[in-house]
Amino acid sequence: MDLDMGKYAFFVWGSYGVTALALLSLTVLSVRAHRDRAAKLKALQETLAAEKAQKVDA
Amino acid sequence: MIISWLANPDRFSKVFAPVRPWVAGLSLVLFAWGLYLCFASPEDYQQGDTVRIMYIHVPAAWMALFTYLVMGVASFFGLIFRHALADAAAKAAAPIGAVFTALALITGSLWGKPMWGTWWEWDGRMTSVLVLFLFYIGYIALHASIEDEQRAAKSTAILALIGLINLPIIKFSVDWWNTLHQGASVFRPDGPTVAPSMLWPLLVMALAYKALFVWLWLIRIDTEILSRKYNGLRARLGFREGGA
Repeated sequence: MDLDMGKYAFFVWGSYGVTALALLSLTVLSVRAHRDRAAKLKALQETLAAEKAQKVDA
Repeated sequence: MIISWLANPDRFSKVFAPVRPWVAGLSLVLFAWGLYLCFASPEDYQQGDTVRIMYIHVPAAWMALFTYLVMGVASFFGLIFRHALADAAAKAAAPIGAVFTALALITGSLWGKPMWGTWWEWDGRMTSVLVLFLFYIGYIALHASIEDEQRAAKSTAILALIGLINLPIIKFSVDWWNTLHQGASVFRPDGPTVAPSMLWPLLVMALAYKALFVWLWLIRIDTEILSRKYNGLRARLGFREGGA
């Protein structure tokens, strides 16, 4: 395996760097948005369930 | 039959939740294998080490087109059957496609400078891929600008379907017009013209990109389903509070 890109190092490593940055950012943002949505929905469902339970008790 | 069974958002989430980690794992393995092959393969006798840009540029360009096709098909089903999951699938694909298209343009530019002596040329292939990127951005902006989900779904589906016209233009631009860009060298009627030592890293990287797309798409569709559930519950809560 040869990692010395010689006079093309800027172009080759620039391409791989931009690709890694873009795909990692997209992955992190997608996973974070999913976790955030799931947590918000769960919290809202729990609030509604607690409200319902209170009404039944009353 | 199976598509209509999966079109139920809750069922879709339940079926694909256990699949997602496997697809993520597959993508990681393929990326590790593909990246090894990218730098273990020989340099090209004409292009030198810049040939290694091909292994990330070409899969990005393939995925830019494939993702738009997915978005177009989902939009078609959303428009005809007015199914929320079809719109969620199209909406979830758009940012992924935009990133792949941006990567195809940027890595193409970084490959073009040392090989063609220019970062950019307004020829058929490059211009039509830029138009594809603008369609993605237009789709995302239009969806974000319309508050009513159903109106947003309808308007963006029409935009996505109009953009499908651009796909054959991109594919055949290298045949129709004079261009700096090379013609097809993998998917040809008489077989690939790329040497096997360079075809393997390209195909493994293409599979890695595809697996990454599937994983991200499934996550983003599920995020859409959760968002719509959340907004629906909040709307019901607001209605009840307002009506009380």
